[in-house]
Amino acid sequence: MNWLRHFVSAVHQTRAGRISFYIVLACVVLAVVGPWIAPYGPFERIYDANERLVRLSPPTSEFWLGTTIYGRDVFSQMLWGTRPAMIVGFATAFGVVAIGVNVGLIAGYYGGRVDSLMMRITDIFLGLPFLPFIIVVLAITGRSTTTIIVAMTLIMWRSAARVIRAQVLSIKQAPFVAAARTTGGGDFSIIYREIAPNIMPIALVNVAFSLAWAIITEASIGFLGYGDPKATSWGTIIHDAYASQMMYQAPWWVIPPGIAIMILVSAVYFLGRAYEHVVNPRLAGQ
Amino acid sequence: MRQYIVRRLVHMIVTLFAMMTIMFFMFRLLPGDPTMTMISSAMYPKAQEAMRAQFGLDKPLFEQYLIYLKNYSTLNFGYSFHSSRQVAELLGGRIVNTLVLILPSMIVAYAIGAFVGALLGWFRGGRFETSIVFVATALQAAPVFWLGMLAILLFSINLGWFPPGHLVTPGMFPEQNLGMYLSADFLHHLALPFIVHTAYQVCFPLLLMRSSMLATIGEDFVEFARIKGLREHNILFGHAARNSLLPVATTVPMILSWALAGSVVIETVFSWPGLGLLMIEGVQRSDFPVVQAAFFLIAVLTILGTFTADLLYGLLDPRIVYD
Repeated sequence: MNWLRHFVSAVHQTRAGRISFYIVLACVVLAVVGPWIAPYGPFERIYDANERLVRLSPPTSEFWLGTTIYGRDVFSQMLWGTRPAMIVGFATAFGVVAIGVNVGLIAGYYGGRVDSLMMRITDIFLGLPFLPFIIVVLAITGRSTTTIIVAMTLIMWRSAARVIRAQVLSIKQAPFVAAARTTGGGDFSIIYREIAPNIMPIALVNVAFSLAWAIITEASIGFLGYGDPKATSWGTIIHDAYASQMMYQAPWWVIPPGIAIMILVSAVYFLGRAYEHVVNPRLAGQ
Repeated sequence: MRQYIVRRLVHMIVTLFAMMTIMFFMFRLLPGDPTMTMISSAMYPKAQEAMRAQFGLDKPLFEQYLIYLKNYSTLNFGYSFHSSRQVAELLGGRIVNTLVLILPSMIVAYAIGAFVGALLGWFRGGRFETSIVFVATALQAAPVFWLGMLAILLFSINLGWFPPGHLVTPGMFPEQNLGMYLSADFLHHLALPFIVHTAYQVCFPLLLMRSSMLATIGEDFVEFARIKGLREHNILFGHAARNSLLPVATTVPMILSWALAGSVVIETVFSWPGLGLLMIEGVQRSDFPVVQAAFFLIAVLTILGTFTADLLYGLLDPRIVYD
């Protein structure tokens, strides 16, 4: 938990970092409590006193963000949609960095043939078109929150691996690594005890940027109609509006999810940048 | 240098081969019998068999794989299951539509991004810089399909300035030819997706150029240019910006391949019949040959892009040695 404390105090050094931190924190809280405080269920159809479906109601005091053509409350859907965005985002970001760190450590540390082989594999993944790949994987495995996370992790680790490897290559030259070797440290202990702690800051920066990308990608998948059919996410709200061809008559339906994504992803970007400035002295003063 | 190119070419071929193998087996795992879209179950079993044999689907998987490799190496992409037209024929028009939208937009985005980013880095501090950085970050954080929808809502539905989608007014051009791409009607349809895509893509080079400039300004040669008494805009564009361009230029192939793969969403919003939309339709119809070929083309473009960019860096930065 030491790194977490370091991260929090580091991003608190700038105003943008502080604000962003609280925005992300608020989204995490909403992801947990959102479904409890939402006035309606995500798929609940709302009827008025005359037993008529409340279709496409503009924002009112009862429906803060209006209703959809299916008579669902947009505000409630927004609250329900926070959870999938956060779960998919964080799970993918940590998965991506976990793979990226290990590939980067092993390739960078051993060098030579191991490095070439692992970087060739990375290159192959870099050649695969991003969104189409995810969609094909989802078409094969079926659409669920788990498969979305797996599909995204499968393709997103490639950039993290490259960044981490470059970092390992430079740390490998440090005197403390040579010292560990002369005192009889094995490869495994040098990699995970000596080098790994030193790439944690850059790995954490990568978590932030992967998180931002994962949230946007999850929304894009949802928009294209490949979201988890059992869950409402910000992307699927936009998809429903688009698919029903009502998005231009009912702007209240399509604008909120986009704004939510924009605010959350901006906050994550600013957070990543604020932390990067603290841990990368070369960026000081920028 | 020559050795470097040869080695890179060999790597490119190995990468492509591995990718094609992944693709082949991935597509064969797709659910749903692809032949069902072509072959009606109402047909006589004999006729079904014949049809299957015609597509080579009766052969063992490994043999299909070899045929696939052989065909692709001669750029024979086979026939679409859905429309029974040649895939190459389908792709031709689609790839032009995608490139016509994406390429000019990327060039403009990088030009504007590098220029504005250089100015921001040079004249740093102040409200103007802060607000541009903020807007660029927010724009980059927004989903591009959503920006497209907002643009349609504002400029097409409310103001009526641009058509809300499609390549041209339906029925106006019976054939996709050069005349169509040069027509005012086409440009009118292109304008909105172009503006949205450029506005979205401008953010990344802009922010990167800004930080690159900030790093360059502290270097000795900038100080030296100043001591020599060069004029300010000369130092800015002739020395500082020129040297800051390299890290921005290195991102071109990566961002270009992202944009090509990401064309899926922008093309969906604007009903733009490009490669991305074709791919989505292909997946929905289990039309392997089409999706596979579209995948393949984007991959080839990516690999070629990276290769060209690597060679170009040598021209931009003579300090790079190829070994």
